[in-house]
Amino acid sequence: MKYESQGIAKLYFIAAIGLFVGQIVFGVVMGLQYVMGDFLFPEIPFNVARMVHTNLLIVWLLFGFMGSAYFLVPEESERELYSPMLAKVMFWIFLIAGALTVLGYLLVPYARLAEITMNDLLPTMGREFLEQPTITKIGIVIVALAFVFNIGMTILTGRKTVITLVLLTGLIGLAVFFLFSFYNPDNLVLDKYFWWFVVHLWVEGVWELIMASLLAYVLIKVTGVDREVIEKWLYIIIAMALISGLVGTGHHFFWIGTPDYWQWLGSIFSALEPIPFFMMTMFAFTVVKKRRRDHPNKAAVLWALGTAVMAFLGAGVWGFLHTLAPVNYYTHGTQITAAHGHMAFYGAYVMVVLTVISYSMPIMRGKIAANETAQKIEIWSFWLMTLSMVVITIFLTVAGFVQTYLQRYSDEPQSFMAVQEQLTTYYWMREIAGVFFLIGLLLYIYSFFAKGKEVEAVE
Amino acid sequence: MRETFTKGMARNIYYGGGVFFLLVLIGLTVDTVRSLPKTDNSENITEEVAAGKRLWEVNNCIGCHTLLGEGAYFAPELGNVYTRFGESTEAIKAFIKSRPVEGIPGRRSMPQFNLTDQQLEEIAQFLKYVDGIKTARDWPPNIQG
Repeated sequence: MKYESQGIAKLYFIAAIGLFVGQIVFGVVMGLQYVMGDFLFPEIPFNVARMVHTNLLIVWLLFGFMGSAYFLVPEESERELYSPMLAKVMFWIFLIAGALTVLGYLLVPYARLAEITMNDLLPTMGREFLEQPTITKIGIVIVALAFVFNIGMTILTGRKTVITLVLLTGLIGLAVFFLFSFYNPDNLVLDKYFWWFVVHLWVEGVWELIMASLLAYVLIKVTGVDREVIEKWLYIIIAMALISGLVGTGHHFFWIGTPDYWQWLGSIFSALEPIPFFMMTMFAFTVVKKRRRDHPNKAAVLWALGTAVMAFLGAGVWGFLHTLAPVNYYTHGTQITAAHGHMAFYGAYVMVVLTVISYSMPIMRGKIAANETAQKIEIWSFWLMTLSMVVITIFLTVAGFVQTYLQRYSDEPQSFMAVQEQLTTYYWMREIAGVFFLIGLLLYIYSFFAKGKEVEAVE
Repeated sequence: MRETFTKGMARNIYYGGGVFFLLVLIGLTVDTVRSLPKTDNSENITEEVAAGKRLWEVNNCIGCHTLLGEGAYFAPELGNVYTRFGESTEAIKAFIKSRPVEGIPGRRSMPQFNLTDQQLEEIAQFLKYVDGIKTARDWPPNIQG
């Protein structure tokens, strides 16, 4: 570790992994509720479990992004972090606010939580992924601004690299677009339209900038390939992300009462959205092939290649599967959407954060890479989690196809619940794969504690 | 990549493309917002409907249901529930009101929210308003949602 303040990332990463476990536990609970409808009812109804599952995901990914930024920005900028103290304070504020919010979901009925947190003053709750009480949202804004300020001051007063500038643009975008979460008009169509300015412009917009810059950083480190080459790739990948993704927002405007031209615009531009992900795959494999050194952290290289491939499959291929309006007419809001959501989030954002953790954690613990045994276990956990996610995605996709046919396409459409009962077998398979994912995650955590033969640095 | 394609060119495509398509999105957004009154059924947003939307939100209905295809996929689509229930707000109210507190053994069930008669009316009016939004191709494809 070149700069002491990089070590703050460790705090963020530990919290991220802890919340990740919580996310998966609730995922397994929901998977069971899909086949045993009364499981934990009425104590933890499905909607509560889902809120915990999705909100924990968002929060731990944000912890992951922040930790990654705190690790790489001082090194890239060639100076200590502008304010290590602010980074630590914000960590605790964010963790406590996040924990209180999740406890609120679990311990009191949601309507009561809305009352306690005075949602009436500025109603923002109860919209998918934006379920947090308004006060928590304000907290998120404060944490995000303090974070962007801290990172921004470090970058702007130090050496500026393409990686840090792209990362900063992505982080500023993240903070700015979140502000749309405070706009909640009575008009449902307007509400939905601008809701996507948070959700789509995050995951199919600025988060891609963050992902690409993190991946580029790790690839420079583990391959030793010339920065010029990597930066050129980075620019062209994020250029394609914005060119396709901004107007690509239109693929969410097919069926919510918005004008018909979105059918064309949304279909055409979102059909281009796999391109940046495909380029990321090409990029990762090209630079690893051209590597100038064999980095002893083989696990990190595997995660970097893995995220490039899985992001392309999950976001690119599975996104394209149902993005054209004539297809989406039948598949919109079915298990196909769930299948895409799972693999895309895992492939793009979960895996890129785990890539940075894999690369940086050993360095923060005073060595170039984890010991041989630890790496072997980490690689096992990579395959277990990744293959489980592939299986989850496949069964949800099959369920989605059957659902689409029976409920939407056949000559005698059946009711939602009647169709769901015919999907039980697929849901059981998905649940079993979910349990394997959890085992993979526990193995991953164990890898940090495994003892073994230290690897040698070949600088 | 080839040497003839320089980093500077890649950077210009990023800045140029990013700014251009952001402006396109903003322009389209202005046009969309202007033309919404033709389809968004906003003339029927009464105080009751607005109150119903708040109730929809603070009971986290989106955590199980989809509304115009967006939400969770655990329970039926409600964007056309008014039509599905025979264009009867009474039927919607009766359904919500009659959910058993302890659920239905072995099956998915909707929680009992203990809404007052006034609140039931508000949520039903909200769902009726949503059903009146003119979606493209009259989505969802059929009455089952």
